[in-house]
Amino acid sequence: MLAAALLTACGGNTQPVTAGSPGTVAPGQPLQINGAGATFPNPIYSKWFSEYNKLHPDIRINYQSIGSGGGIQQVTNHTVFFGATDGPMNEEQLKAAPGIMHFPTVLGAVVPVYNIPGVTGELKFTGPVLADIYLGKIKKWNDPALAKLNSGVKLPATDITIVHRSDGSGTTYIFVDYLSKVSPQFKSDVGVSTSVKWPAGVGGKGNEGVSGLVTQTPGSIGYVELIYALQNKIPFGSVQNAASEFVKGSTDSVTKAAAGATIPSDFRVSITNATGAGAYPISSFTWILLYQDPMDKASGKAMVDFMHWALTDGQKFAPDLGYAPLPANVVMMEMAALDTLKAS
Amino acid sequence: MRSTDLGFRVGIGVFAAALLLIVVAIGVSLANDSSLSLQRFGLNFWRTSDWNPVAGEFGALPFIWGTLYSSVLALLIATPVALGIAVFISELCPSMLRAPLIFLTELLAAIPSIVYGLWGIFVLVPAVRKFELMIGAAPLGVGMLAGALILAVMVVPFTSAVAREVLKTVPMTQREAAYALGATRFEAIRAAMFYARTGIIGAVMLGFGRALGETMAVTMVIGNNPQVSLSLFAPQYTMAAVLANEFTEAANALYLSALIEIGLVLFIITLAVNVLSRGLIWSMARS
Repeated sequence: MLAAALLTACGGNTQPVTAGSPGTVAPGQPLQINGAGATFPNPIYSKWFSEYNKLHPDIRINYQSIGSGGGIQQVTNHTVFFGATDGPMNEEQLKAAPGIMHFPTVLGAVVPVYNIPGVTGELKFTGPVLADIYLGKIKKWNDPALAKLNSGVKLPATDITIVHRSDGSGTTYIFVDYLSKVSPQFKSDVGVSTSVKWPAGVGGKGNEGVSGLVTQTPGSIGYVELIYALQNKIPFGSVQNAASEFVKGSTDSVTKAAAGATIPSDFRVSITNATGAGAYPISSFTWILLYQDPMDKASGKAMVDFMHWALTDGQKFAPDLGYAPLPANVVMMEMAALDTLKAS
Repeated sequence: MRSTDLGFRVGIGVFAAALLLIVVAIGVSLANDSSLSLQRFGLNFWRTSDWNPVAGEFGALPFIWGTLYSSVLALLIATPVALGIAVFISELCPSMLRAPLIFLTELLAAIPSIVYGLWGIFVLVPAVRKFELMIGAAPLGVGMLAGALILAVMVVPFTSAVAREVLKTVPMTQREAAYALGATRFEAIRAAMFYARTGIIGAVMLGFGRALGETMAVTMVIGNNPQVSLSLFAPQYTMAAVLANEFTEAANALYLSALIEIGLVLFIITLAVNVLSRGLIWSMARS
């Protein structure tokens, strides 16, 4: 695979114009493609763009991790060539950007972290219990609902301090999307967005803010990205999935969540609370946004080539960076969707 | 008037006008970009407390409250300390200590606010939490007290530097006259401070302005919970903090417009504070 990619790269170098671009790029000048959006996939995107540039020195992709909202806005206004988001665009946003397409790139997940004095074991949660904690209905760690799930653990009678993200974030989006699916009250009282009105608790800025508060505050619970918990070796609990199994977040269990989900043709799908054995329930895709009929055909062609690479060879970089690779069925669907891009 | 003089006059006049124009332009563009929220919520934006991006309800009262409350608290803590430093350096300090002390206070002003924020998270917040455990409050650590304390530390170098410069301008004859009348050292310093009072008020207001707009360090320690509360230990929120937190992910037009209106409110409040302090200084200078 790598050799094949290198061969095409060399071929591209000797005959730059045959690549389908109608001579918009002068030979020797790298083609610059700009994108902006979600911060969550920034580490893997940076890795991809730098690796891809090594294989194809004539293509340089620049990415600004300004947040999903900013990415959607900039791609809607055509100030960048592609966008990236952690939550799919809604109907109103789609109307403002006709012809925009979603392409899942990798998967991420959100895990519950906690700090309970005297408790070292791994706690088990269910969706409704997490929702009731974040609604402020379960106030103490030895609440019967928690005690029943964790019969082997001696839970203290301390108050639960709730920690959530204060900044608008895809992490919050995935978490509240899951809680809204499993708790009708959470859905009506809080709802789904990158920022929500939390009924209780304190807000920390970023994963580091939340994990900082949780590690320091006795009796606290928070939620962080799986990748962040793994890299910083923060212990986290398991969550019961739709098949009634208690599953810990891992790159494997997250990929399983995507493999078991029904994927619509526009890829705008939430895979939280996924059915299927071994699926981790608080998982989500992250998407790259491309226009089906881009104005700049040369960049369009280059992005399609890049996406082909990212969805195949590129996936091997994902687990090391804490992201779950896409399941094969999703990659196949995306390859077909990429063919519909009018880029040549 | 010679032509070079005229050219110079026109030139600097343009620069001065540009400053005015920039301020007006900021106000106009903020009002313009927040028109959606201005029309939708009107004056209710200033007096309601519901901030719900999902439901599209936006009220800025908790943020306005948090900004003013944290800044006033910071001022109460920082002003005595800053004036103490200024008086010590300008009136009492042995001359070999003066340069290092001035250097250290100015160093405090040069530390980036994110560094203050990290210090806040890892040093200040645990200390506040210990205090909360001692007195039996909820041991959050983050909250209004931590926010006000970190603001106070950040404000001190500004207030003390300006106050020191102001005290330096008090003529020696003022102090000598006080001593000639039999004043003690304390009384002589008090006389010097009275002489410099307009400048000192200006120094304090400069600190207040800085506290109003400070963003990153406060965001990291104030707890970010929009509620109007007098409690020092409650997590609260400021206008600058909500902008820093929510602006990047605000994709919906009304939401974005409401955030920009928060910027407009902060702009108006900062302007009002400056006008009031100018007025205060002006009336003191006249009397």
